[in-house]
Amino acid sequence: MAEKHQHDAPPSPYLEKRRTAAETEALEERVRRLEHLLTEKGIVSKKTLDRVVSIYENDLGPLNGAKVVARAWVDEAYRQRLLADATKAIKELGFGGLQGEHMVVVENAATVHNIVACTLCSCYPWPVLGLPPTWYKNPPYRSRIAIDPRGVLVEFGLELDDSIEVRVWDSSAEIRYLVLPERPQGTEGFSEEELAALVTRDSMIGVARINSPS
Amino acid sequence: MNSIHDMGGMTCFGAIEREENEPTFHGEWERRVLALTLATAVFFGPLDRRRHVLEQMSPLEYLSCSYYERWLVRIERLSKETGFVTDKELTSGAAVIFEDVSGAPVDSNTMDSIIRQGSPSGRDSGRSEPCFAVEDRVRARNINPPGHTRLARYVRGRVGVVHQVHGIHRFPDTTAHDKGENPQSLYSVRFDATELWGSLAPIKDSLFIDLWEDYLESENG
Repeated sequence: MAEKHQHDAPPSPYLEKRRTAAETEALEERVRRLEHLLTEKGIVSKKTLDRVVSIYENDLGPLNGAKVVARAWVDEAYRQRLLADATKAIKELGFGGLQGEHMVVVENAATVHNIVACTLCSCYPWPVLGLPPTWYKNPPYRSRIAIDPRGVLVEFGLELDDSIEVRVWDSSAEIRYLVLPERPQGTEGFSEEELAALVTRDSMIGVARINSPS
Repeated sequence: MNSIHDMGGMTCFGAIEREENEPTFHGEWERRVLALTLATAVFFGPLDRRRHVLEQMSPLEYLSCSYYERWLVRIERLSKETGFVTDKELTSGAAVIFEDVSGAPVDSNTMDSIIRQGSPSGRDSGRSEPCFAVEDRVRARNINPPGHTRLARYVRGRVGVVHQVHGIHRFPDTTAHDKGENPQSLYSVRFDATELWGSLAPIKDSLFIDLWEDYLESENG
């Protein structure tokens, strides 16, 4: 791991773990009351709420994005379709929908490194990556990624040479971005499934590379 | 509005804190807030309007809340504005008023298809021809809309190059405020890091951001 960047700023106050047990209990109670009211009044149904939770907890996640990446690595025609019209190419594998209506895939290369963020809220390609991790949604990443992407990458343990061009993609509209990472060395004989297993969420956000299996 | 949500370029928030093997949700309440958000969305207007509710939080409240806490605040506020619940009900937890809400509740199959199909912002028609083409030099206008906007402050007044034309999309600034969708061309615009952050920024680096036509003016020569 690279050394952590030093900052003059105070530690972030928004993490869940900094809430006291009593505050968390009050929050839970507030949510229970709201759900109870909206259910009692017939505005939402418990079955629908449970369905939403199940979809985002079980069906959607970075495994979907990993399948897209692995396919692009083994199938050159697919890779080209993916870079030309990502929404359509991702749909071929059965993924799409809410927060992935308009997709663009950006490709890493030996000389180019892409990173995705949303400085205004926390836009993220849900159908292929699931719900975003907390750090993606919190102010330290959202603010600093625009002005100091290389410093942010160092915090993630990735130090990029000056010769590499860094491209930050700020998802300010309804276009959602997915990074196509470089296929690691030493995976020549790998099957598509074996390749997909190597692809990490962070590599598809662009804050990590994929290590060679060894 | 120029609010705390527009934080690109600030450097005061400290280190990025990551959690190893972070779960999708940190507690049952987060699950329920996500589910309530999606199940009520159809009653609360377009996403642009719902985003604006978060932007209207005071900076102190915004920064003191976690992500799902902000979403909770949003459901409470929109539920009150829409007349679904009263402050008194939220405090007591006992339902007093009942009204027929058309289309409510959204059943689980409908919810399924909403998630599967999404809600594209792309439109087949709008202002017919895009004003700008790939490689055109454009300046992000230096404007400060009082309401909802997706024109991040850090690009205002800066010059970039059109990288891609995304087609016609509904315009958030009017959509959020019931002033129509005003569909228009959306562009991916590339800004040099040095243009945004000054001559000390890495010379090769750049930032791409999606900007609507009304956010841009021509910058020739």
